[in-house]
Amino acid sequence: MGIKEEKVRYLARLARIRLSDKEVNLFSRQLDDILAYVNKLNSLNIQKETLPLSHPHAPSNLHRADEFKPSIPAQTALKNAPQRKGDFFCVPKIIEN
Amino acid sequence: MVMDNLYSSTAAELLKPLRLKEISCADIVNSVYGRIEAVDNKIKAYVFLDKEKTARQIRDSSLENNDGKLKGIPVAIKDNICVEDERTTCSSKILKSFAPPYNATVIERLLMAGAIPMGKTNMDEFAFGSSCESSCYSPTLNPWDLERIPGGSSGGSAAAVAADEAIMALGSDTGGSIRQPAALCGVVGVKPTYGRVSRYGLIAFASSLDQIGPITKDVYDAALLMSVIAGFDEKDSTSVNIPVPDYTGFLKEDVRGIRLGIPKEYFIEGIDPEVERAVKDAIGLYRELGAQIIAVSLPHTDYAIAVYYIIATAEASSNLARFDGVQYGHRCEEPANILDMYERTRGEAFGDEVKRRIILGTHVLSSGYYDAYYLKAQKVRRLIKNDFDSVFESGIDCILTPTSPTPAFKLGEKSNNPLAMYLSDIFTISANLAGVPAISIPCGFTKNNLPVGMQLIGNFFEEEKLFKVAYTYEQKARWHKKKPQL
Repeated sequence: MGIKEEKVRYLARLARIRLSDKEVNLFSRQLDDILAYVNKLNSLNIQKETLPLSHPHAPSNLHRADEFKPSIPAQTALKNAPQRKGDFFCVPKIIEN
Repeated sequence: MVMDNLYSSTAAELLKPLRLKEISCADIVNSVYGRIEAVDNKIKAYVFLDKEKTARQIRDSSLENNDGKLKGIPVAIKDNICVEDERTTCSSKILKSFAPPYNATVIERLLMAGAIPMGKTNMDEFAFGSSCESSCYSPTLNPWDLERIPGGSSGGSAAAVAADEAIMALGSDTGGSIRQPAALCGVVGVKPTYGRVSRYGLIAFASSLDQIGPITKDVYDAALLMSVIAGFDEKDSTSVNIPVPDYTGFLKEDVRGIRLGIPKEYFIEGIDPEVERAVKDAIGLYRELGAQIIAVSLPHTDYAIAVYYIIATAEASSNLARFDGVQYGHRCEEPANILDMYERTRGEAFGDEVKRRIILGTHVLSSGYYDAYYLKAQKVRRLIKNDFDSVFESGIDCILTPTSPTPAFKLGEKSNNPLAMYLSDIFTISANLAGVPAISIPCGFTKNNLPVGMQLIGNFFEEEKLFKVAYTYEQKARWHKKKPQL
């Protein structure tokens, strides 16, 4: 199934990327081709018992001891801040009134 | 040793004169700088060189007292590996001013071994690519033919090593990004078993596929560098706690009785005939040297690219969500509100290929499509891994294939056709999906003097076997001694 321009705009909104009209048009065509290709997976008969593989090794929870260890100090973490105010990253207002 | 030509040496060749103080680390670094100055304006392998920092590291007294395996050896670093206080940009506008506040674990390991991380090499933006053309800087060019791409995404590292602009280098491999450029540039590249090398400090593309690995002039140097960077890291919960052998200790010229599997699915129409010829000649040489050549099958090979471009893009869309203008990197001017800030920051500073993959990844994970695409791809990924398990369980030691279906292609040849670009990863991708280790080594040249690489794929955590089998061929065939004319 192909991917229409309105779908690309919807996905761009989900992914928080502003696309130009030209980009929407280009990606819609290119993604059409790519999706047509990946649809070959539909031709494969997959047995019901086949488990999905998310990770090459058997996953297991890893824990560490609940001990205090030093981490990156606040001033270091703020070094790359596009905008900062004191010890805070500064961003546009998040919570609507 | 001739001081001027130190840049053309391997790390192994430099270690003894360094130890005997016949040469110094500064001598090597200066020789490499000279080479970079002479040729990098043509090749453009490096995006960043901090000469002052390197000079400080050399002067640092801790290097004097260090007797590590790589003491005094400079190592070029792909631009997606964090080096403290050094610009690390993933060749992307969105990170153009980013200087990480910490070292990646592999960098810490290099430093502990006395090595000098030197310079950042060019790459496809966020490692999305097979040609180094999607870098926000200019593309790196292939030292063997400056009208051709070096491969990607670790194109800068591979070109630097091939052109003797680096003694050795680190790259990263998610779908072939170490092995394919190594093949196209005539050098050695290794993708370790997933979990063998820590990913802490590697700016993530696809977390279940990424690995950092060596790109070097010969197999010995690759084994040496692997011995240094590999190992369990408690900061990477996907790293595996298995001891790291001294891989160089396994380098003997002996493949008698080694069972090499040749998968029929990798010798198909569409391979360049000169690539096929070179790899078949290599198989012939292995037979002469006493290896057993056995036909095998990896039946789900044909689905690997489809699986990869669903899983890798899905993981990438998640991993790149952090580039939002809040804590680091680019932020758009005067955002109207938070949504505007996210959308414009990312819209302005991500390149086309990055946007394309994020959109695709978002799609396959989105409600209504998750089962049809992502879940299905994960099941086929299981089948691909099972294919490898079956082959190795049948007694095969290593699988031998071409690394790339073609030699280096021309700049611009595939950049307008994303799907054609993706198909060039056909032989390397399955090893990432399964998590098994693989190495690419030179196995010949085309009539146009372009390198051809062959790939050996091993079982989980059997890198030592891969190194031995690769080394045996390399020492007989000696392709690694040929250098590009620059």
